[in-house]
Amino acid sequence: MSSAPGSGQILMSPRPAVGATVSLEGVSKRYGAVVALDEVSLVVRNGEFVCLVGTSGCGKSTLLNLIAGLERPSSGVVDIGGRRVALMFQEPALFPWLTARGNIELALKARGVHRAQRAREAGQLLGTVGLADFAGARPHQLSGGMRQRVALARALAQDSDVLLMDEPFGALDAMTRDRLHEELERIVQKRALTVIFVTHNVREAVRLADRVIVLSSRPGRIVEEIAVDLPRPRSINTSDVAELAAVITTGLHDQGGEAGGRH
Amino acid sequence: MVATDLTAPGTWRPRLRTATTALGARSLAVVLVLGGWQLLYLSGWKPSVVLPGPATVAANLWQQLGDALLWEAIATTLGRALTGFGLAVLIGAVVGALLAQNSLLRKAFGPIITGLQTMPAIAWFPFAIIFFGLHNSAILFVIVIGAAPSVAVGVITGAEQISPLLLRAAHNMGLRRMALYRHVILPASLPMFVGGLRQGWAFAWRSLMAGELVVLITNTASIGVLLENAQNLSDMPAAMAIMIVILAIGIVVDAVFGFADRLIRLRWGLLDTGRQQ
Repeated sequence: MSSAPGSGQILMSPRPAVGATVSLEGVSKRYGAVVALDEVSLVVRNGEFVCLVGTSGCGKSTLLNLIAGLERPSSGVVDIGGRRVALMFQEPALFPWLTARGNIELALKARGVHRAQRAREAGQLLGTVGLADFAGARPHQLSGGMRQRVALARALAQDSDVLLMDEPFGALDAMTRDRLHEELERIVQKRALTVIFVTHNVREAVRLADRVIVLSSRPGRIVEEIAVDLPRPRSINTSDVAELAAVITTGLHDQGGEAGGRH
Repeated sequence: MVATDLTAPGTWRPRLRTATTALGARSLAVVLVLGGWQLLYLSGWKPSVVLPGPATVAANLWQQLGDALLWEAIATTLGRALTGFGLAVLIGAVVGALLAQNSLLRKAFGPIITGLQTMPAIAWFPFAIIFFGLHNSAILFVIVIGAAPSVAVGVITGAEQISPLLLRAAHNMGLRRMALYRHVILPASLPMFVGGLRQGWAFAWRSLMAGELVVLITNTASIGVLLENAQNLSDMPAAMAIMIVILAIGIVVDAVFGFADRLIRLRWGLLDTGRQQ
């Protein structure tokens, strides 16, 4: 089930592994002459937390868009088994004319939840992200961290099996980010969510992930996969996280000249 | 920006204070203008028939306010304004929505619409009078042609300015077609739309005043007719009293639009609450 040692390509299998939630087979994406993603194959298991790291321009966001169905691959197969996918961006992307509660209720409404139940569920979700007292606040009245919490609650309101996160905490200060890491870890474990999380911060990736996937840039390829076996709950400031992150970072730097080769 | 803004009761007092200050400043400005006028009148620069003092005009206004004729005229004029503006909003919104959806149409007709906006309404009257005759419809036509482009432009820019990120989020949430329009596109473009309405109203009101002076319809009292009568009788106090009525109507309607505009901006977070005047 888990990946064999070696490069990412080994994960190619005729059918997705048992328990696979998201599987990509030989997925390429080209924009004209630019190859954003080249033959990427990846299997994410049910309940797994996968972090994609890589320098900017390595096609991380493209990969998320492909999984979310917002773009189509130029070749290859993306299989999410008809599962619902919720997206979260670096910007909260909240609707400014709606309150925190209204934003969450709209996601519930889009899902077809009844009015009475919407109010109840929205209240619970606000509690989950620690914003029960800010239900009536509009996005511009909230701090950056609070807005991202609302965005997280809204993504959870979509009740999807897979949560795709595109550098969701990239614009936050370190303390707010640490707190959100803890909350995300708690929520993901409680709800058994499958998460694909894009970041350029290697320590953040090690802090959160069960598995870290390193992408090379131009063309974007999987160059390395690292299983993170550190016990949870983790902290971004402990030495084991820092050490593993340092190893991965070195690998990232080395990969510059021989991108695409065996790591 | 920060969460502490939410302590709403505390923000009322300073808001009230700024409101009182603004009111005071405005009253002072009115007093200054009236004072200047009075001084000019007292200087004897022009004979009092040509330039009456504020007191004379105020007395005339008071007298006219007690006359059913003025109210009849106001009713006629506002009726035309509402009909014309209503038509302009309807046509402008439909045209704007069509153009907002189709970039080819937008490229083709966009320049015509902006061109229409720059055209002075009065230039349309010869056309309108020949086409419709000396009728209400000539006035309504000019109001619509003056105001509809602004409304359409408001709709188009409103739809253009929606952040692609919001659309992606909405798409990911599963909102499509009508639901997307109703829950995202419409509210997102509302601030621009209201801006277009406000500008459209300004054009409509100007076109209407021009129209009522040019297209004189017999046996109908309107504000334009009262102005025209005052001019024919060289009755300056009456003319100025009517002008004050026009000014007052303009200010009241614009205040309504301004209020709606501020309310929406405040709700949408487009107004920096810490920087209000």
